Amino acid sequence: MGWINLSAIWKIVVFGALAGAGLPALFAIGLRALVMPGSRVQTAGADSDHVYGGNVLGLVIAGICFLIILAALGWGIYEVYQIGHPAPAKH
Amino acid sequence: MTVPYRISRSLTRGARNHGFRIGQVGSACMVSLAHGTNDAQKTMGVITLALIANGTLATGSQAPFWVILSCALAISLGTYLGGWRVIRTLGKGLVEIESPQGMAAESSSAAIILLSASFGYSLSTTHVATGSIVGTGLGKKGADVRWNVAGRMATAWLFTLPSAGIAGALAYWLAHGIGGSLGVIILLAILAGLSVAIYLRSRATKVDHSNVNDEWTGGVAPAEPEPAAAA
Repeated sequence: MGWINLSAIWKIVVFGALAGAGLPALFAIGLRALVMPGSRVQTAGADSDHVYGGNVLGLVIAGICFLIILAALGWGIYEVYQIGHPAPAKH
Repeated sequence: MTVPYRISRSLTRGARNHGFRIGQVGSACMVSLAHGTNDAQKTMGVITLALIANGTLATGSQAPFWVILSCALAISLGTYLGGWRVIRTLGKGLVEIESPQGMAAESSSAAIILLSASFGYSLSTTHVATGSIVGTGLGKKGADVRWNVAGRMATAWLFTLPSAGIAGALAYWLAHGIGGSLGVIILLAILAGLSVAIYLRSRATKVDHSNVNDEWTGGVAPAEPEPAAAA
């Protein structure tokens, strides 16, 4: 089984599932929090594409969700950058 | 894949699609980045390897800047020219996807490709994206996967492996047979001519932003709109 790197595969599966399914789910939670009933929803009909409902608590929850997603993206991009630009070895 | 749908069930259809479309800008960017870390490296690797084998570059040297630039330009041009047809096949033909599915498929593709790239695994963005799109089709209730389209794609993948090998052998045989710079120039002219011919052939049944989402009628090229219906 030398041609299969099992430790890499389980990492790809676990982190891939976390980032691939977790981040869109978090985005959906943020979106849902954003449209929580507030001042704007009364004027918006069922067909409206208004994303922002005007609820302060919802806005805060959504902000936290989106910040986590941005942080995850930033971390991922940093990791990719490190592959191409490894830190110089210390002498 | 159903998770984002369940969570966002209380949103109006318009708000959900609008919100996820904004999210898709981010997830599509990540797919592009992943594409660059993995797929783009192969072309650069092959050219650099050929240069090293030829003795042009010293053993162990990195890809020269002109190789990186020309590969980046070529891959962008190819995506720009052929992209709409692939978008239509994947986003309309294989499964009729909406923005939440699109974002879920893009996020998982980007995550898998970036992780694989970091472990040094070479894989194809197309394969991964196809897998995750089929996954969104299986996961969402009421969404159907067109298995005949999936089958045709799998068949194409089977054929491209030996075909690429044969084309490479023929190209080498031609360039080497004629010999020298002349052989390379003739080969380049033939390849450029073939590329233009393929491009012109694809323009006969054009797919672009205006018809990429038209009803799927069994082929990549959408049916011509009825003149009466346009009135």
